[in-house]
This record gives sequence, C-alpha cells and structure tokens, in this order.
Amino acid sequence: MLHTFVAYVEDKPGVLTRVASLFRRLNINIHSLTVGRSERPGLSRLTLVCEASAEAGDRIRASLFKLENVVDVDDIAQAPSVTRELALIKVAAAPQSRSRIFDLVEVFRARIVDLTSESLMIEMTGVESKIEGLIEVLREDEGRILEICRSGKMTMRRGHHISSVLRAMGTGDEESAAVAALREEERLAAEPE
Amino acid sequence: MNAGTRDEKGANMEDHAKPENTNAHRTAPTRLTGSEILWATLVGEGVTDVFGYPGGAILPAYDALRKFPIRHVLVRHEQGAAHMADGYARASGKVGVAVATSGPGATNLVTGIATAMLDSVPIVCITGNVSSKVLGTDAFQEIDITGITLPVTKHNFLVSRAEDLAAALRHAFQIARSGRPGPVLVDITKDAQQATAIFDFDAARPRPYRPHPMLRVEESGLAAAAELIRGSKRPIILAGHGVSESGAMEQVRTLAERAQIPVALTLLGLGGFPASHPLNMGMMGMHGEAWVNNAIQEADLLIACGMRFDDRVTGKLASYAPHAKKIHIEIDPAEINKNVKAEVALVGDLRTVLEDLLPRISGRDGSAWLKTIDASKGAVAVRDIKNLPDSGHLYAAHVMHDLWRITGGNALVVTDVGQHQMWEAQYFHHEHPRTLITSGGLGTMGYALPAAIGAKMACPEKEVWVIAGDGGFQMTAAELSTIVQEKLKINIAVINNGYLGMVRQWQEFFYERNYEATPLVSPDFVKLAEAHGIPGRAVRTRSEVLGAVEAARSAPGAYLLNFLVEKEDSVYPMIPAGSALHEMIRRPERDPLEESARDE
Ligand SMILES: Cc1ncc(C[n+]2csc(CCOP(=O)(O)OP(=O)(O)O)c2C)c(N)n1
Ligand SMILES: [Mg+2]
Repeated sequence: MLHTFVAYVEDKPGVLTRVASLFRRLNINIHSLTVGRSERPGLSRLTLVCEASAEAGDRIRASLFKLENVVDVDDIAQAPSVTRELALIKVAAAPQSRSRIFDLVEVFRARIVDLTSESLMIEMTGVESKIEGLIEVLREDEGRILEICRSGKMTMRRGHHISSVLRAMGTGDEESAAVAALREEERLAAEPE
Repeated sequence: MNAGTRDEKGANMEDHAKPENTNAHRTAPTRLTGSEILWATLVGEGVTDVFGYPGGAILPAYDALRKFPIRHVLVRHEQGAAHMADGYARASGKVGVAVATSGPGATNLVTGIATAMLDSVPIVCITGNVSSKVLGTDAFQEIDITGITLPVTKHNFLVSRAEDLAAALRHAFQIARSGRPGPVLVDITKDAQQATAIFDFDAARPRPYRPHPMLRVEESGLAAAAELIRGSKRPIILAGHGVSESGAMEQVRTLAERAQIPVALTLLGLGGFPASHPLNMGMMGMHGEAWVNNAIQEADLLIACGMRFDDRVTGKLASYAPHAKKIHIEIDPAEINKNVKAEVALVGDLRTVLEDLLPRISGRDGSAWLKTIDASKGAVAVRDIKNLPDSGHLYAAHVMHDLWRITGGNALVVTDVGQHQMWEAQYFHHEHPRTLITSGGLGTMGYALPAAIGAKMACPEKEVWVIAGDGGFQMTAAELSTIVQEKLKINIAVINNGYLGMVRQWQEFFYERNYEATPLVSPDFVKLAEAHGIPGRAVRTRSEVLGAVEAARSAPGAYLLNFLVEKEDSVYPMIPAGSALHEMIRRPERDPLEESARDE
C-alpha cells in the first residue's frame, strides 16, 4: 500500500540523507518527497510517500523516530487529511491553438502563468488524480507537453489534530520557555551537594 | 566513574550523575584549543581510557593528550581500537572510546563500529579529518567517514568549529548510552582541533534525553501479559542481551521463580540468568540444545525479554513456535512485530517493565511442564563430557569444559567467531552477566583478541580468557604487541583445528564436503607468541589440559595456549539455516563425542 509519512526534522546539513538512507536500506522507492520550513523555528516539515506493505508502516515510523534529527513522525495512512500537489506544465502552443488549452485550464481550475509566442505554462494545484487528469488530456494532443515539474504530495491532517510529540514540545516561544525552565531545573540538580 | 555508566532506563539519568573524576570540566569557562576541548570533555564524561592510533589529521589532538588524565592504548590496527572500545564497554557498562586519524585510519574502524552497532554496544569513535577548507576536495587522506558510517552508527557528527566540539561530544555520549545503546562517531576537522574556543562543560550539556516516542507500557498491556502468564500451560522465558543491558537479572529471575517458568537464553543473553539455576534451560537457536528448541516449538507462551527474534534463534519463521502466544518486552519499538508477531508488546526498558509486571504475577504451578521438559531432555540426549571415551584425542568441547571447571566459571571469556564460539557457549557455563563477550550480530572474526584487551582494561581484577579459532586469531594477532606494551595479563586459548572450522562444517553438511578454501596453514602460534615476548605451550591431549591452563593462569603476564584439537569435528546439534527449529542435525551415532543424558 501507499504510505504517507509526515515528519518534523531538524533543519541541519545531512538530515535528508539520513531519512533517505533508511528507505534505501529497506530497498523502498520513495515516490515523492517534499520538504520545507514548518511553523517551528529550526524544524523542517517533510511529506514522504512510498510503497510498502501495510505492516511495514509501524516499523518505518519507529525507525524514523530512531534518527537523532527526526523530531516527530506521523503515518497519515487513512486518517482524514488534505493532500495537495503543485504542478507546472509547459505546453507548446502556437497562438491559433491556444484557445483550446485555455478551455482545458478553465475546466481544471488551473492557471496560465507564462505565455510566449510558441508556448505557455500552466500552474495547477490539486490532488494527484486531478493533476494526472490534466496531464492526460494535454497528452492526447500529441507532442504538446514540453516540461512537467511536480512538487510531490503535501499532506496535513484535518481538524484540530496535533501530535502528542509536538504538543509536548509546545509551540514557538512557549517551547523555548519550557526548555529554559527544564535546563535550569537540571542545572540545579547537577550542582554539587 | 558513574558518569560513564549507561543510562539503563532510557531516561535522562546521566545528566544527574556526577563524575567523581578530576575537576577539569568544572573550571570556569576557559579558552582552549579544540584538541584540549576534546580531551577535557572526555574527562568530564568520565573517560579514563581510550584506544587509538595517530596520524596527520588527528595529530593536534594527540599533541594535547599528555595534559589530561587519560590512558591511551596504542593499538596495532584501528579495527582493534574499535573492538577494544567495544570490549571495554561490554565488560564495564561504560562507554568505550576509540580514536583514529582520517582516511585509512577512519575506514579501518568501520568493521568494529558495525560490530558494536549490531550488538547495541555504546562506543564513541573520534576521527580526525582534513581542514574544513578542503573538505570535499579529495585532499590527502580525506574520506567521507560520516557518510560511510551513517548506516552503522546510531548517529554521527562532523565538527568543523572548535566552539561546536564540546556540545557534539557530550551529545555523542548521551546518544551512545541512552535507550538502546550503540556506536556514535565524531569526525573533527584538523582546523577545529587547532582553533580555540571558550570551553564550558556545563553549557555544552545536551538537551534532556528524549525517550523514543513510541515506547509504550500500558496498564492494559501489563494486565494482558499477566493474564497470558496465568493462563499458560507451557510458558518459556526467552532472555536476551537486554537482560544485562538493562540490569534486569533480578527481575527476570523473580519472574521465572515466582511463576515457575523455564528460561532459554540467546547467545548474548548467556550470563544474564545463572547457568546453574534449575530453571535455566541453556542456549536456544541454531546451536542450542535440542530439547530447548523442541520446548520452544511446543510452548504455548513465549515471554521475550530484551531479545529480537534474530534468524539464528528462530530458524524458519513460518514454523517458529506455532502454538505460542508471544509477549515481547523490548526497548526498541522498531523490533516489535519485525520477525515475530507479538500478542502483547511492552515497549520499554526491560527492568522497569518487569518491575511493573511482577506485582501482577502470582505463584503458579509449573511442575507438569517442567517435568515434560526434563523428560525430553533425557530422551533427546545431552552431550556429556564425562562420558566421552578418553581416547586421548583432544576435542574443543574438552577444552571448554575444562576451562570452565578450572576457572570455576568465574573468568571473563571473550570468544571469536566460529565453531569454538559455539562450543564455548555450550560447554562453558556462565553464572554472571558480562562474563561472556562475543560478537553475535555481525559475527566478526578477529574480534576476540582486541575485545579482550578492552575488557581487561575495564576490569583489571578479572581473569580474562580469549578463546579464538586459528583463523580468526590471525585476523588481529598483531594486537599481541599491544598486550605486551600495555603489560596486560590476558590468557589466550587458540582452538587450532587447521580449518576455518565453521565454514568447513557447512561444506560438510551442505556442500558435499567440498572443502574449498577452508584448510588453513598457520604459523606456530607458540613461537609467534614468544616472538612477542609472550610465553606459551601447545596442548595435544586431554591429559595436558589441566596443567597447561594452570600454567597460563599462574604466569605473571599474558600466556598463550595452542590447543591442537580434532580437525573435522562439528558443532551439534545444528539447525540448517532456513529450517524449522525442531529440524536439527544431530551428532551421528558412531561419533566418539556421544551424547548422553547425564550432562554436568
Ligand atoms: C571477518 C569475517 N570473515 C569471514 C567470516 C565467515 N566465517 C564465519 S566462521 C568462519 C571460520 C572461522 O574459523 P576459525 O577462526 O578457525 O574458527 P573455527 O570455526 O575453526 O573454530 C568464517 C570464515 C566471518 N564470520 N568474519
Ligand atoms: Mg579453526
């Protein structure tokens, strides 16, 4: 089955290698991987999609957690969530054939973001199947697609969900206050009697 | 030196433990070179001994070493340094430290690091690297050691600034000894060693240790486990390395005694439960006793304590313990349901979990099951050394048995990998934890001699024996010089069968005795030892064993015994790889090493 892992990782050199290396070792192909800043300073958020057996999910999640730079891991599985992907598609189109493409773009609720005399660029956001639908229709017009750039899936659970790990960490300023308090406590505990 | 002691609960205990050592790290923040920061931080972490080998990229660190109260053991090959750190850690429970230079020095460590990784041993490896300005340019002796060791370390660090060094090192120690322990590597560029920075040991403390978020010991799980134990008719405790790692010997014993449950041990579990205990069944798995494996196949409940259902103990998974429910108590969530599905998983530190579980366990009558096991023990027969015909031939089994008898089982034994390793496990009965040190997960030949040096350094008061094959001994024999240079009293038993015996055995069983590349020519090991200044003698018959072992023990320094044993003997019983646990190859009848029920 297709697994979607959402992870918070430290924003440091080499972290992505460690995550990717885990899947390499298991000989699991990564379908898509998106990484970017999160709401927490110093932490990046990634969405990783891969094919693995249903039982493998827990072990992969447990193994991801064992990586020192991984702070939180969620296996989205069937949980209610919103998934989006962004695609940029460059299509060859002479002025006389543009209007058909404009119609398609309209139907798919995509946008034209660049236009030259011989080509145009379409931006589309949506679920994977919708993007694939647009690509398919464009392909039916033989030889029209010049380039496709897809972001890969981004996923977020619906509702007021926040993982227990992140909750324990607090948010932003709260977090640093909590950490500071903890450190102070420890410093006192470590003081020689 | 409790600061060096592993945090057994997977909690942040080490942050509260104070090294009784020097005040080097307690001084007010001072400006030091990276090299000085390195050693000062190690001292602060409770390190007293390191194993290493110098070279250009680590030279600044070596230059600063003499200012610090740390004993440096010069190894003869960096693989030895990693194994020594590993043996040191296994013998003492402290973190072992290995040091090497960049490039070939660092790559030589890799086998030792992997060995520690697969057996969850806490070591910290320090490597020098080229200057940060030339990183990634294939500069002389530059190698991407953090890249190379990524899959065989718990974590690794590349430090290129002196000001980051103390924090990285302290974090490395925390990672190595927390949760499920393991190796950590810290690669330090040469310029980071040479630059100066303010050293403040306390400020460099790592963030409080965060236990794995998937640890889970719930009331319902404990209740379910207790219920399974109460309702079981044929339960067995499977005790692994986690027992000694977690310090759960007492708890396992209480569980076994209170509920009258027999205990089977993995190779690395040996010593975690006393061999002489009436409930101890001995070793399970590929070369475990037949009745132990048969009992596992018949059991209706397995209580796995700090073990990971390795393929060497399960045989073919599809037919493993088909009637048994499983309770898996384990600190690493990634081990749960990996090979064997558990009905109840208690994911946490073994000792803590058992302490929570024990109040729910009441007395139980296990006599019927114990009787059944006892009966099968008689029926399927046991090796009995006493019943061996005294043909004068020397068998490795004799050597192990006699070594056990003569040392009273109190020695710390470090074995290499091969047949002798299995014979040791079968015939040397370990009463106490940390008295058998061996490479189980990686099965690294060449491990024993260097690991024993580490063990002896950690426990100078202990009687240390190396038991190695003629093949494996030659892989790291150069460390004999290290023993001499460090004046260590280590007794060495080479089990010399003229073959890469374990491989020969596989060829005998599964490759029609095609002994390709397994007959082995060796130097005269006694002369080799003598060339190093280590006395020794050869032993050819059973009757010479006692005198030889006593000679070794009473010698003031290291001593080597070259046991010339039967060449084509095999380890029985054996489960062929991929077969079910009860499909064992038994010793052929005509063989002189007959098995009888009267094992002692
Ligand atoms: C470094 C390494 N290379 C190869 C092996 C494969 N191997 C396992 S046991 C063995 C034979 C060991 O021979 P010896 O040291 O003489 O011990 P014996 O089995 O004869 O007791 C070999 C080659 C290994 N475990 N480790
Ligand atoms: Mg041999």
